Amino acid sequence: MEISWDLVINAIVTGVVLGGFYASVAIGVTIAFGMLDIVNIAHPAFMIVGAYLAFLGWDQFGFDPFVSIAVFAPCGYVFGRAFYRAYHFFFERRGDESLQGLAFFFGILFIVEIGVVLVFGVDYRSLSEPYLESTIGIGFVSVPWRMLVPFLVGLVMLGCINLYLTRTFTGRTILAVSQDVEALRLIGANPIRANEIAFGIAVATAIIAGVLLIIIQPVEPSITREYIGRAFAICVLGGIASIPGTLVAALILGVAEALTTTFYGPSWSPAVSFGLLLLTLIFRPAGIFGR
Amino acid sequence: MLIFATMIFGAHINEYYYLATYTILQFVVLGTAWNILGGYGGYVNFGTAGFFAIGCYTTIVLNKIFPMPLFFEMLVAAVTAGLVGLGTGYLTLRLRGVFFSIATLALAIVLQTLIVNWSFVGGARGVYVIRPAISGMFISYVQFLVVLMIGLATFSVFVAWTVEKSWIGIGLAAIRDDEAAAETSGVPSLRLKLIATTMSGAIMGMAGAPFPFYVTYVDPATAFGLAIAVNSIAMPLVGGTAAWWGPVVGAILLGSAQQILTVTISSAANLFIVGILLVVFLTVAPRGVVGIARSLKQRRR
Repeated sequence: MEISWDLVINAIVTGVVLGGFYASVAIGVTIAFGMLDIVNIAHPAFMIVGAYLAFLGWDQFGFDPFVSIAVFAPCGYVFGRAFYRAYHFFFERRGDESLQGLAFFFGILFIVEIGVVLVFGVDYRSLSEPYLESTIGIGFVSVPWRMLVPFLVGLVMLGCINLYLTRTFTGRTILAVSQDVEALRLIGANPIRANEIAFGIAVATAIIAGVLLIIIQPVEPSITREYIGRAFAICVLGGIASIPGTLVAALILGVAEALTTTFYGPSWSPAVSFGLLLLTLIFRPAGIFGR
Repeated sequence: MLIFATMIFGAHINEYYYLATYTILQFVVLGTAWNILGGYGGYVNFGTAGFFAIGCYTTIVLNKIFPMPLFFEMLVAAVTAGLVGLGTGYLTLRLRGVFFSIATLALAIVLQTLIVNWSFVGGARGVYVIRPAISGMFISYVQFLVVLMIGLATFSVFVAWTVEKSWIGIGLAAIRDDEAAAETSGVPSLRLKLIATTMSGAIMGMAGAPFPFYVTYVDPATAFGLAIAVNSIAMPLVGGTAAWWGPVVGAILLGSAQQILTVTISSAANLFIVGILLVVFLTVAPRGVVGIARSLKQRRR
């Protein structure tokens, strides 16, 4: 088979752009799973809530997606903090987080997915703004704004979180929790509070990622399952707790998926992320940026 | 017992009751199988639907190339699913338990994608299966399936009971409580986990093998259904993971509740209620019905 380089380059560009969005999905898992050791497999469920909130805001009040981010992300943050408190109270405190905690998040994922089905039905929902409908083209490569906006927002979000975690006191406390809880207690910081804030941020990123998702493509409830694979594949491949690793792994996955879709068809694309996840777990569980 | 007897041998019984009984028994098997690894060893398997589907598709493939009695198809399904369990376990059980859970989730989706793209077994469109003719003593094929499932449920509960009472169960419990401590005191943890994963996977595969004949039409969305993954986790956890009868109680409770709700409300609503029950039990009664029963017993003393 002769390889068409136009197609390859187009697929790589699409993949990179998609990867920037994937990074915004995975960053919340990197924070919750990598740094706080909370296996939040319900992350994509929070994302889908964000997507449907954006749809509701656009449909009912004419919210621009950026207005939705400004309105709903803080709500997600507050909810995330409350949610972590409940999780801590019921599971971490009892030392039950491994079996029961994992099943708990699975239950939440399931409840949210079915809840969305019951409220909105299984139809695809989408939103549209005039500026999202145009396309940028350079030579034979063309990228629609629909994909470029999530890419840029995702990159900005990752940059902000990286700055927050490395430059502020609370941010550094969160990083410290992931390394040595006892040492943190000795310097007088409260690890529970740090976890609570970090989980709030993680849920807020999920909401933002959801808004970005509905910008890219029409959304239906069972889409959560694909994103569990994507988010965890990226998180593990990136070395679990590393933000640069998350970005690089997201770009790798984006390109791998785009190439697969171009040359083998979209029916194989779910296998890419989960296959990558399995291969990473088998051959390099520490990830590319892991120690 | 009497109810069962009338259900099986009463010719006038509505076909619906057979189907409902079959579904509940199937969940007894799946919940019990899940509990061998999840409850005793503390390793959460999210991929029950994957193992179940391996069983389904083994039957479908065998039926196409080399038809044989269902019992032998179940054995082949058990071997296939057991080997997949062994392989997955071998590759990921050395890592932390969480990674095993995530890997099982991934396994189910990868298998589903393979089946969707495999046109020999119908691909995404699914495939019709013709029930074989029934032999002598049964009135209908569904009745035969129900009897078969009673046998399989008894068998799986027996296996779980044996595991629980044997050195395997004791070793697994030690792993669940503190894996590092168990290993230093000489528990061969990897080997025990592999045994449990293989057994658990094999029984899940066996539960899937008769399923094509039960529904007569199988597509990947049914075989890998979310309901299977969720129920097989919810039932042991609601019933209680510490004893062999926990998953049985959980399966009968949740299974019959769902049968009633499906008929009276809708199938989406009943799965919603299973999810709520799972979360409520995990937060309020993390030891399930078994835990409640045991604490009642202690209080009475």
